Amino acid sequence: MDPLRQSPSRSSSRASSPRTLPSEMLGYVGIEAVLDQLKIKAMKMGFEFNIMVVGQSGLGKSTMVNTLFKSKMWKSTMPGLGVPTPQTLQLQSVTHVIEESGVKLKLTVTDTPGFGDQINNDKCWDPILGYINEQYEHYLQEEILITRQRHIPDTRVHCCVYFVPPTGHWLRPLDIEFLRRLCRTVNVVPVIARADSLTIEEREAFRHRIQENLKTHGIEVYPQQCFDEDINDKILNSKIRERIPFAVVGADQEHIVNGRCVLGRKTKWGIIEVENMAHCEFPLLRDLLIRSHLQDLKDITHNVHYENYRIFRLNESHVLPRGPGWVNLARAPASVPAPAGPQANPGPSKVGGWAKDNSDEEC
Amino acid sequence: MEAEANSGSPEDSWAFIQRPGEGCRTVPLAGHVGFDSLPDQLVNQSVSQGFCFNILCVGETGLGKSTLMDTLFNTKFEGEPATHTQPGVQLQSNTYDLQESNVGLKLTIVSTVGFGDQINKEDSYRPIVEFIDAQFEAYLQEELKIRRLLHNYHDSRIHACLYFIAPTGHSLKSLDLVTMKKLDSKVNVIPIIAKSDAISKSELTKFKIKITSELVSNGVQIYQFPTDDEAVAEINGTMNAHLPFAVIGSTEELKIGNKMVKARQYPWGTVQVENEAHCDFVKLREMLIRVNMEDLREQTHSRHYELYRRCKLEEMGFKDTDPDSKPFSLQETYEAKRNEFLGELQKKEEEMRQMFVQRVKEKEAELKEAEKELHEKFDRLKKLHQDEKKKLEDKKKSLDDEVNAFKQRKTAAELLQSQGSQAGGSQTLKRDKEKKKTREEKSISDRTCTTPGKHPVVPCALVVCAV
Repeated sequence: MDPLRQSPSRSSSRASSPRTLPSEMLGYVGIEAVLDQLKIKAMKMGFEFNIMVVGQSGLGKSTMVNTLFKSKMWKSTMPGLGVPTPQTLQLQSVTHVIEESGVKLKLTVTDTPGFGDQINNDKCWDPILGYINEQYEHYLQEEILITRQRHIPDTRVHCCVYFVPPTGHWLRPLDIEFLRRLCRTVNVVPVIARADSLTIEEREAFRHRIQENLKTHGIEVYPQQCFDEDINDKILNSKIRERIPFAVVGADQEHIVNGRCVLGRKTKWGIIEVENMAHCEFPLLRDLLIRSHLQDLKDITHNVHYENYRIFRLNESHVLPRGPGWVNLARAPASVPAPAGPQANPGPSKVGGWAKDNSDEEC
Repeated sequence: MEAEANSGSPEDSWAFIQRPGEGCRTVPLAGHVGFDSLPDQLVNQSVSQGFCFNILCVGETGLGKSTLMDTLFNTKFEGEPATHTQPGVQLQSNTYDLQESNVGLKLTIVSTVGFGDQINKEDSYRPIVEFIDAQFEAYLQEELKIRRLLHNYHDSRIHACLYFIAPTGHSLKSLDLVTMKKLDSKVNVIPIIAKSDAISKSELTKFKIKITSELVSNGVQIYQFPTDDEAVAEINGTMNAHLPFAVIGSTEELKIGNKMVKARQYPWGTVQVENEAHCDFVKLREMLIRVNMEDLREQTHSRHYELYRRCKLEEMGFKDTDPDSKPFSLQETYEAKRNEFLGELQKKEEEMRQMFVQRVKEKEAELKEAEKELHEKFDRLKKLHQDEKKKLEDKKKSLDDEVNAFKQRKTAAELLQSQGSQAGGSQTLKRDKEKKKTREEKSISDRTCTTPGKHPVVPCALVVCAV
């Protein structure tokens, strides 16, 4: 920090409100030290991240989680070992604290065994939506207390990874229904699971078809286009959007390839390296989820999805029973009219951008 | 190995949430995952949003508040020096956009105008407290809205209050004590000794000790720099011992040695602002901006604002009920309050309507009475008029009768006269008659005089005596 460095004597690049006066700084003051203060505070408090994996059994969800966070979060369940398939959808949640370079992350992974496994899968998304809304409800209750805690524990689901089975054709009706409902409540990242059964060309074709399907049904997956704040974000995010859904392969066993120790799946015809971009797109998923967009996922959950839920809750009648009838609230806010005013500016208002989708016929 | 939390019955088919501290195990990582970039992600996001910082300067006129702000932020903020003739204490607020490398700061400086200038200073603290409360209230309103934009909200709550103490060298004034006591629960109060080039070093140490002891004995809680974080604990601890800071502000630059420094020049020497031996300005800048800005903001939000919010909500009638009674007490209380308010409004409306009706009735009654009176008066006058008319007609009639009678007698007399003149020697008679005539005429004229000139016809009741 050179005390004699002259700072640019320009007003801030962001639009200031009419009554602020741009001032010329004649010397170094030390305002940027606030960034360090922020970092210290954040590292002391630690971070929280909640992720949910949804998909049919056998698609490699648990393995994927283990690969993502390079630790044995879950015991990979293998069918046929005497473990009966659950008759109803049950959610299981695991919380671990992982630390890297002084940064503590409290990670909660929620699994959904039994999703889509029954013969009649009607309304199998209800428990999931109910769980997500329940987390929002917990947070809301904490927030409206008179004497509230300094730091409200955040159990809201920040990201939902949806595993699409590698059929190679189209999205199945179950996938479409589920994605349609969920994309309004939570950030959804679809991935093509077990992509080692598709060749590269098949992958690309499958990806295009899935993208078309998503567009036809108006499903906005993360990163959502309407939340791009400035041009840099737009460029970055459109690159990501081109590659969604990622074709991933999960593996938690290490093998020796060319003298290096890599994570991979060993088959008779070769070893599929998980972290090799030529083999699968796992690094893209990892980078998106962890290295570059983790904070953004949390912010969108807090600023958009949670606010939508809150508006919905505060607008409806206050005579709400808790109990079995509660699940019906899982319906996405049907007619959330877009607020007049800041919608025209690109960026600043992220709330209320869901005016277009109409509610479904769910009771 | 891992903890599976299986839910029980099929109805309750979502998982039991593990609260922090309950069975959270630390899992070792087998490789580099990459979330150590998280603090950077957080910081990037904050930078793109920008920071805001609000300072309140409380102090008497002429203590150098504006100059100190200029010196602190190395900028010439606009402003005119205030006069001493303000009738009351007012607050003047200005917002500036500062930019340093890639960090944008929205700085708001609020200054008291006319503080300590009045003769009666009992209420001087009140506008300040009201201003601070108004900022809290604005934030609370935004937070309680249904559709809110909290992440874009321009936070106007005061993060730090610099209280300027006059450099008397003796002790705190009672105005200072009272004001600081009122402010300490609402804002982070940092007392500083202004214009400290007027005090010598030995006096300064005594002054500081006196001030701190007075603050402690009066129970004023000034802001202590936080010492719980190892990175800054040491420096904050030493700084805490130097409170209150003795500062000098100056925007003039003088050449000392071969550098341009901010200083004030006197005939007996030059006081350098950034020289630690001369004053504590550098310490103040360190503490306020470079080390603790974030902590000041956090204290404002988590301590002072929460206290205000709690008091305000309790005052409005909300309570935290037990978790198993009402799931959404805030909403229900809102509804109840709203209904109550509407009921009151309706009642008031009814009352007003009733009062209005009553008044109208009264007015009507009054008007009716007046009307009646008028009628009566009219009748009375009419009757009077008729009576008078009748009287006058009677009089007229009687006078007419007299006139007729006189005429008859006149003709009769003339007839007699003509007959008498023929008879001759009726001069005496004529004379008598003339005499009588004049006498009667006189008496008639007398009588005409008595009747008030209405009937000029000469009534004549001539008693003609047959001669």
